[in-house]
Amino acid sequence: MSYRGCSMSLLRAGAMSTQPTLLRHASRLGSLVSLASLSACSPVVLNPAGDIAKQEASLVVTATLLMLLIIVPVMALTVYFAWKYRATAGARYEPEWNHSTQLELVIWAAPLMIIIALGSLTWVTTHTLDPFRPVARIAEGKPLAADAKPLEIQVVALDWKWLFIYPEQKIATVNELALPVDRPVHFSISSSSVMNSFYIPALAGQIYAMPGMTSELNAVLNKTGTFDGFSANYSGSGFSHMRFKTYGLADADFDQWVAKVAKGGDKDSAGALDTVAYLQLEQPSEKEPVRHFTTVADGLFDKIVNLCVRPGKMCVRDMMALDARGGAGKAGIYNVAALTYDKNGRETTIPVIPGRAAAQADARTKAFVRAICVPDGVKTPVPAAAAKLSLAAPARTPLS
Amino acid sequence: MIPTHSHWTPLLGRLGPDAIPTEPIVLATFAAVSLGGIALVAALTYFRLWGYLWKQWFTSVDHKKIGIMYMVLGLIMFLRGFADAIMIRSQQALGFGGSDGYLNSHHFDQVFTAHGVIMIFFVAMPFVTGLMNYVVPLQIGARDVSFPFLNNFSFWMTAGGAVLVMLSLFVGEFARTGWLAYPPLSGLAYSPDVGVDYYIWSLQVAGVGTTLSGVNLIATIIKLRAPGMTMMKMPVFTWTALVTNILIVAVFPVLTVVLALLGLDRVFHTNFFTNDFGGSPMLYVNLIWIWGHPEVYILVLPVFGVFSEIVSTFCSKRLFGYTSMVYATCVIGILSYSVWLHHFFTMGSGASVNSFFGITTMVISIPTGAKLFNWLFTMFRGRIRFELPMMWTVAFMLTFTIGGMTGVMMAVPAADFVLHNSVFLIAHFHNVIIGGVVWGVFAAMNYWWPKAFGFKLNQFWGKVSFWCWVPGFWIAFTPLYILGFMGVTRRMRVFDASFDPLRVYYWIALAGAFLIAAGIGAMLIQFAVSIWKREEYKDESGDPWGGRTLEWATSSPPPEYNFAFTPKIHDIDAWADMKAKGVARPISGFQDIYMPQGTWAGIVLAGLSTVCGFALIWQVWWLAVVMLAGIVGTAIFHTFNYNRTFYIKADHVAEVEAARTAQLAALEKGAA
Repeated sequence: MSYRGCSMSLLRAGAMSTQPTLLRHASRLGSLVSLASLSACSPVVLNPAGDIAKQEASLVVTATLLMLLIIVPVMALTVYFAWKYRATAGARYEPEWNHSTQLELVIWAAPLMIIIALGSLTWVTTHTLDPFRPVARIAEGKPLAADAKPLEIQVVALDWKWLFIYPEQKIATVNELALPVDRPVHFSISSSSVMNSFYIPALAGQIYAMPGMTSELNAVLNKTGTFDGFSANYSGSGFSHMRFKTYGLADADFDQWVAKVAKGGDKDSAGALDTVAYLQLEQPSEKEPVRHFTTVADGLFDKIVNLCVRPGKMCVRDMMALDARGGAGKAGIYNVAALTYDKNGRETTIPVIPGRAAAQADARTKAFVRAICVPDGVKTPVPAAAAKLSLAAPARTPLS
Repeated sequence: MIPTHSHWTPLLGRLGPDAIPTEPIVLATFAAVSLGGIALVAALTYFRLWGYLWKQWFTSVDHKKIGIMYMVLGLIMFLRGFADAIMIRSQQALGFGGSDGYLNSHHFDQVFTAHGVIMIFFVAMPFVTGLMNYVVPLQIGARDVSFPFLNNFSFWMTAGGAVLVMLSLFVGEFARTGWLAYPPLSGLAYSPDVGVDYYIWSLQVAGVGTTLSGVNLIATIIKLRAPGMTMMKMPVFTWTALVTNILIVAVFPVLTVVLALLGLDRVFHTNFFTNDFGGSPMLYVNLIWIWGHPEVYILVLPVFGVFSEIVSTFCSKRLFGYTSMVYATCVIGILSYSVWLHHFFTMGSGASVNSFFGITTMVISIPTGAKLFNWLFTMFRGRIRFELPMMWTVAFMLTFTIGGMTGVMMAVPAADFVLHNSVFLIAHFHNVIIGGVVWGVFAAMNYWWPKAFGFKLNQFWGKVSFWCWVPGFWIAFTPLYILGFMGVTRRMRVFDASFDPLRVYYWIALAGAFLIAAGIGAMLIQFAVSIWKREEYKDESGDPWGGRTLEWATSSPPPEYNFAFTPKIHDIDAWADMKAKGVARPISGFQDIYMPQGTWAGIVLAGLSTVCGFALIWQVWWLAVVMLAGIVGTAIFHTFNYNRTFYIKADHVAEVEAARTAQLAALEKGAA
């Protein structure tokens, strides 16, 4: 449990080998400072279990120390001057003194120097710790094996629970994540409805989970244990309970866990995650228990990102392929129903134009452009001939 | 339990019986507010104050009165916003160990949204606008702002927005989205009720006021400076006001547009920010922060100006580095447009984009740091009098520095990944907004109160307030800094069992909030005691602090026309210069003074706009159309009002000035 264990040393938060010596010492010192000032129970952000988070923690400490170089003197001088030049003290008084080129130079240059140092550090670390960038090492001093292939995990933020799909293992879980220790993991992250933020402080920094889009996170966990994960971006009424446990498992234990989930039959098992099961799962609910799915429908994550899990929906990628070729013109209106997505197939939010409801219903059944689009799960572009065909479709508008 | 307002009738729009909240806390508040309101109306009627208020205040175009009305609005909304804060703190302290606390999510989520919206738009904004309104014309030796009627209208539009927010408490509900209402959550699909519509229209109505008051103050500062006051002789507060208002005029239209687009999505089912049909919620996030980040500087720059005035006054010394102060202000103003993306490093922009915005953010700390140094070296070899304004200033310098540091920490994108949206962030921005803006406003209130009312504020209760606020702030927010390092995120309503060891931090934070409450109470007592004993605290000199800028050259409170003769300026510290040179106050040769006339049009137009906003929220289309027609009609009708100015007769001016001469002579005699 990450909030407990007050005895855990914070010293490990410091020092990353890629930094210059000075900064490394600074980091160590910083850890001591944080230890003194925070004397609280294990702050997981400063003492994480994953290499990426560790580097981020070290960056927090280094940045703080760099700034303290100027913050401490300013605060000390404020107190000193406030005391020394109090009216009753009778200290030296120069009411007209208001300019000094040397001083001006110092007060602009000193912060500038610090910002140059911090800015360089920012440029480098923002690139090395870019969540989209594959991890370069397992841990400090532990290089990545040449043939190391990251474990793929697809993450979907649902209202209000987390779905984790292991595409290679063909299993899925709700509100439970298991990671093999010391193996890089590549997360593809999306959401079914609103914005959330996928955050496991012990593992790595957060990144937003957004509907219709995929964000990525590369990380590696270095310790076995149980860690907390949650949504760090408010997403509605069930947000407080949108939490899950992350288990760091040794390789063998991980394989065993996968086998157990795939086999099913235990209390958490919820059968197969097919389209119907997903659409049920997607419905808003709070405080969801852990669930294990023995299998996952092929290409589910891809359909989630393209907003087309529900049968009869047109995938966003197909619409974009059509649009890239100039769109379907007026006939494109036939696709409106098939493209409407927001919230549980909310066709009802399309304004119903009085007297034209029948035509709209007609449009729903005649979404013929969909028929020539890419079959589900196939990622080839729309053949040019097919695109042409769609453009040449009869120019009958459903509202005429 | 959650009303959906699915019904719609032509007469009442979405209004129906379900618009009346059923939560007991809201009902009790409603009862209390109704009783209070009835008592207030009864008292005003009994003491026959309606005519006085209408003539002397509501329809007044005097910048001083409008400035004071802004401050009153800010103070009232501050109490509401703080009540929300206490509710958040106590819910988070109670929602542990399986307890659901005392607020359900439908209520709690509105409370934290309302807290943010109110504190920024209806507390901080009226406070800084009120200060600028009151002080700027006096500092530059003007009789009023450039467009006095517009000024009155701007105030009432801001007040109208505040009325809509307050109304949401009792009719319908407020947004449950967080204070910036990110879509898709704020879109129709995920927030179908009127909450977000209240959010949109209260900000749209208030936004008109803010934008127009920005235009007004820019014109005032550019065109109405007294002869001799070149740009580089303007007081620093006026400089910060100028940059602030340029920021307002540049960015508030962005807010207006982004909220209008969200409104179109919600009412006309367009797809600017939806998930489907190519809508882009990230576009909204970019646009709102293009407004939102400069907004931070809109709030903090004027108080930087306040602190500059106070430091030099109470150190009895010229401000150190006036020129670099001015340049720092301008640089902050320009850079504030180039940092917005740091609010969402975690949305997956590329490393180079993130680095760019991270570094521009850090660069802002350089001019800000320069300002701190300038205050510091103004204290150096000064003769510092620790009156209340100066106490607030020193507390600000110490507190704000920490807030700035934690801000720069989060400007490093990879560090932000672990701190973004955590309670560390909450601690950071309260650190700069309370430690900067709020305390700056308190310093300003204590500093300019004698100017506005002719008597000083009570010291004792002011100090009680100070000593509750400053430790109160640190007790309330240090736990949040620490919790941020433990990976605790913001906007949590309840905490599951794994949080149990952290409960104590939330209790400490709550204790801090109660200490702050005591500080607020002490401040209210300070006002009451000061008004009660105003004869005792009277300041007849008009210059109680040994001020250095022009507002201290006139009487307290200043006459309607501010200055009988427009002063001539030879120095940055114009009044200090006049005092040093022994410039005599003119006592004869008065002329008629051309002044703007009060008008009913501002309050009426804003009233119609507010009702129009209400109609749009509830989709009572006929009423919205009627109100819109009313607004246009009234505006046109008002253009036929040719009776907009009047002359204060020379003999009346002579009378007022003679009384002032006698007052000063008596004072001198008393001193001798």
